[in-house]
Amino acid sequence: MTGPISSDKTAAQLHRLAQDDGRAEAAPLLGGRHGKHDALALMTGAAGYTDDLALPRMLHCKLVRSPHAHARIAAIDTSRAEALQGVHAVLVGSELPTPYGVIPWTPDEHALALHKVRYVGDPVAAVAAESEDVANEACRRIDVQYEVLPALVDPEEALRRGDVKIHDDNKHGNVTKRVQLAFGDVDAALAEAPLVIEGHYRFHGSAHAPIEPHCAVAVVDGKGLLTVWSATQVPHYLQRELSKVLCLPMRQIRVIQPAVGGAFGGKSEPFALEFCVARLAQKTGRPVKCLYTREEVFLAHRGRHPFDMRYRTAFSADGRILAVDSRALLDGGAYSSFGLVTTYYSGQLLAAPYAFGSYRFDSTRVYTNKPACGPKRGHGSVQPRFALEVQLDKASRALGLDPFELRRRNFMGEHATTVNGFHVGSNGFLLCLDAVERASGWRDKWGRLPAGRGIGVAGSCYISGTNYCIYPTELPQSAVQMALDRSGRVRVFAGTSDIGQGSTTMIATIAAHELGVELDDVRVVAADSDLCPVDLGAYSSRITLMAGNACAQAAKTLGMRVREVVGEAWGVPAERIVLAHRRATDPEDPNRWMPIQEAFILAEGKYGLLGATGSYNTPKTGVHGDYRGGTIGASPAYSFTAHVTEVEVDQETGEVRVVQIWCAHDCGKAISPVLVEGQIEGSVYMGAAEAVMELHEVMPSGLRDPRQRRDSGPGRDGLLAASSLLDYRIPTSLDVPQLSAIIVEAPDPHGPYGAKEAGEGPLHSAIPAIANAVFDAVGVRIDHLPISPAKVLRALRERSGTC
Amino acid sequence: MLRLPAFDVAAPRDLPGALHLLADPNQGARPLAGGTDLVPNAKLGQTRLGTAVLLRNVGGLCGLERRGDHVWIGAGTTLAELATDPTILETCAALGRAAARVASPQIRNMATLGGNLCLDTRCRYINQSEFWRSALGGCLKSHGSECHVVPGGQGCVAALSSDTAPVLIAYGAVVEVAGWRDGQVARRELPLADLYDSDGTRHVRLAPGELLTSVRVPVPGPHVRVGHRKWAVRKSIDFPLISVALRLELAGGALVGGRLVVGVLGPRPRVLDLKGLAGRPMGAAFAAELGRMAFDRCRPLPNIPYDADYRRERLAVEVRRLALGLLDDPPHCSDA
Repeated sequence: MTGPISSDKTAAQLHRLAQDDGRAEAAPLLGGRHGKHDALALMTGAAGYTDDLALPRMLHCKLVRSPHAHARIAAIDTSRAEALQGVHAVLVGSELPTPYGVIPWTPDEHALALHKVRYVGDPVAAVAAESEDVANEACRRIDVQYEVLPALVDPEEALRRGDVKIHDDNKHGNVTKRVQLAFGDVDAALAEAPLVIEGHYRFHGSAHAPIEPHCAVAVVDGKGLLTVWSATQVPHYLQRELSKVLCLPMRQIRVIQPAVGGAFGGKSEPFALEFCVARLAQKTGRPVKCLYTREEVFLAHRGRHPFDMRYRTAFSADGRILAVDSRALLDGGAYSSFGLVTTYYSGQLLAAPYAFGSYRFDSTRVYTNKPACGPKRGHGSVQPRFALEVQLDKASRALGLDPFELRRRNFMGEHATTVNGFHVGSNGFLLCLDAVERASGWRDKWGRLPAGRGIGVAGSCYISGTNYCIYPTELPQSAVQMALDRSGRVRVFAGTSDIGQGSTTMIATIAAHELGVELDDVRVVAADSDLCPVDLGAYSSRITLMAGNACAQAAKTLGMRVREVVGEAWGVPAERIVLAHRRATDPEDPNRWMPIQEAFILAEGKYGLLGATGSYNTPKTGVHGDYRGGTIGASPAYSFTAHVTEVEVDQETGEVRVVQIWCAHDCGKAISPVLVEGQIEGSVYMGAAEAVMELHEVMPSGLRDPRQRRDSGPGRDGLLAASSLLDYRIPTSLDVPQLSAIIVEAPDPHGPYGAKEAGEGPLHSAIPAIANAVFDAVGVRIDHLPISPAKVLRALRERSGTC
Repeated sequence: MLRLPAFDVAAPRDLPGALHLLADPNQGARPLAGGTDLVPNAKLGQTRLGTAVLLRNVGGLCGLERRGDHVWIGAGTTLAELATDPTILETCAALGRAAARVASPQIRNMATLGGNLCLDTRCRYINQSEFWRSALGGCLKSHGSECHVVPGGQGCVAALSSDTAPVLIAYGAVVEVAGWRDGQVARRELPLADLYDSDGTRHVRLAPGELLTSVRVPVPGPHVRVGHRKWAVRKSIDFPLISVALRLELAGGALVGGRLVVGVLGPRPRVLDLKGLAGRPMGAAFAAELGRMAFDRCRPLPNIPYDADYRRERLAVEVRRLALGLLDDPPHCSDA
């Protein structure tokens, strides 16, 4: 394996490197150290983001948002806004009455609030005007009368207060979803086990903080074709929901996703702005744009769910996990979002890489009057993973076992089935453990570091997409169309959403690999619903496995045709022909070769236009258990991760400095290792920041309860504690640890060339590894995240009895 | 994205021109140097800007030089210049290091010393969008009548988040102020410590139309040590959660005088005189005593977005470490 590319390489150098790689005979394209296909365009600003679009006669849209966390809308008067010069249209909820939701079973949102507002910031009206300033002024002139209701900001209170319902038609109070599943006899195991570890864990809320805010532009042509450009990671679901809410057939809607400046799960469902610009474009006949402010991004949210978790884990004397029993309360915020899935994931994704003797989980998600939570990188499984991995660390201390050894003893194996019935194929978890143990110098450090310095380990598992689509369908989850032409160029049409993770590079690499061209010879047209086949989007870490398989299928079909015509021309079997580095060659006769362009011309001459399609659908049999909910969380292939972190704790201030993190991630096969390392680094930095720094909170409730407050006017409850990137602190380059990203490859039969995911898994165990390292450093457990200096200091004092 | 409300811009070429504009009560004129505080506040609708009087072309506001027993610093000197200037590092290094910890490199390239000293006060209930503040119902500093930091409080307790103010007060700096009176430039001087008021809605004691033009920093003698410490969650960008400066005047290894200046508590830095500790031998015990004194006499409020109780505990540690650092260091250098 070649050495890592140092980070001071420019895009141009990486670009050249890619080409050099291509020219070197031995260097394979697939798995080679090329850069990102679209890096130069992104870095020079040539790639347009949604907000870069400026269409002739374009209007600007702004939203009026609720100042109340919970209220009934008594009346809306838009007349003063409509009278303002430069205002072209005003929109209120009753004009878009159809509810939507990314999960078809839980449509509980409206483009604009219909009768009630459920969090501070819930949009109630929209304006399209000549300029942003006029639109803002018009918003100030929209008078909304509210009847203020008690606000429920605390999830425990939301659970208790059946008398205050955030959604009037919800069946069970404020419970949006409860999942109770049990596998094996947990109670017996708990009763008989020699060691039971009990823990109470809290995981806090955090936001995605993409640098690009949400933005959407819509235009309607003379025939009523609606085009929406959006900073989304799910163009297909956006097209479906637009169709539903606007009552427009899908064929009359075109969704285009331009370059996206970060998403991380925060753009994986439709948002108010997309519906509003679409309807306003219909109403005005002019293009309409809406760009969220940073505050609005925090209000749109869909960030990590705060979890309150109680865990009991039973161990045998030699450290085997006999039972895992968990109860979790998920703070969902005002709407369902992906919550049904989150609630399942909170339990379903925990049962690997360790074999559980028995398992039971009981997870409840409640509505609260806060911005809705949703999927953030590692959706639903980051929180329980934190709890479990700290439980394991506590057990290893109790049993006097090295925490690596404890984890190895519980390894489930490869090609094995989890206690909840998921079939796991390849499994490189042990390789990941070995890699971080070696790289971190664990054996020389564990238990041997000076006071205040500590080291911790944790492991995890994640999915490479899910076997079942969000909506019920037997249709493929990914598809591509591919064409070659006489120029020597390959065109790929793919519905995939590149949100920075590099899906376009992945598509180009596979196409170039199969067809013998260089990366720059592949044009990828992506994420345009008029031009590209359906792909479900960039979520659940699904694209490499699913679109990669579809792409490989199409490319192999075309490659075979090219090899056939070349073989015919040379009188040798097609199978012998190799397409690589812009040449067709016969390895058995090194002097015989032709430029790839010539081969394409031969093939086009024989077959006419050379096109092929590929599509991928997931296996549905033998991959999951046969019980209600057993399909949710099932994946064609699972990735595995291990982290070691080293921390330094200032015992006077309680401040934790994460010194270094070693992360080994089993991605099956790194199609583009540089990008895989980038995904590992991004995930680990994000996880480390969640562990010690980031916090998405709203101010406490109670004040707005009419019985407690002297008026029903404004108040603090439900306001964002941090609504800017100054107050919502994400780490700067000076605040992040040293990081070693180690690629582990345990190829999976379901992945293209063995590939599995790399974009989300590497986040998970960073967080418990830090918590475990803090314990190693100073001997206190911080089970309630984030690990703030105040909590560490308090714990240190409690331990020494000086509080 | 937030819109910057429209405002007029005037670019006077000299000080009388600038002061003349600033003195006009009908203009809503505000001086704008680096704009790193004023412009974001205007975007948030927190500051109303009628006319921005650009100071860029006004002569005599920039540069710094040693003048006898003090260093003269033009108010238009950027924080980046302060952080790297050899005269500053030789004579009042703690000021340079405090300036180097403000915000980020890009902001320090724009932000000026005058701007940092006249920084608007900050509070979690103020530095928010218009939408957020209207949902809150305003506060004493923002179209309201209620303080959310101190329930029932009658005065605004928003915090001065300047990093240079505490350290300059520790140096005993004097500021020069210019105004426009009877068609002429009228100048006055006052100790920096007296520039600040305890009312967070008008914490800088400048008369309408007055401009802070320069700062004079007395060069400390060989027996004086001055240092500054800042703590924020992040190592860049952040406003301080703790910003504290210490001046120790020593004779024969014992304290004869000095002051501890604690920033970010409220609208003005808190100055604690150390005369009462005169005679104390220098050492770890003295540093710990200073830390305890800071803890006992300062009560950080939940005005800026961080746990106030923790800030109080942290203040004690930072003060102690600041003192220890100064005792280890050669004269009038600092730990930062």
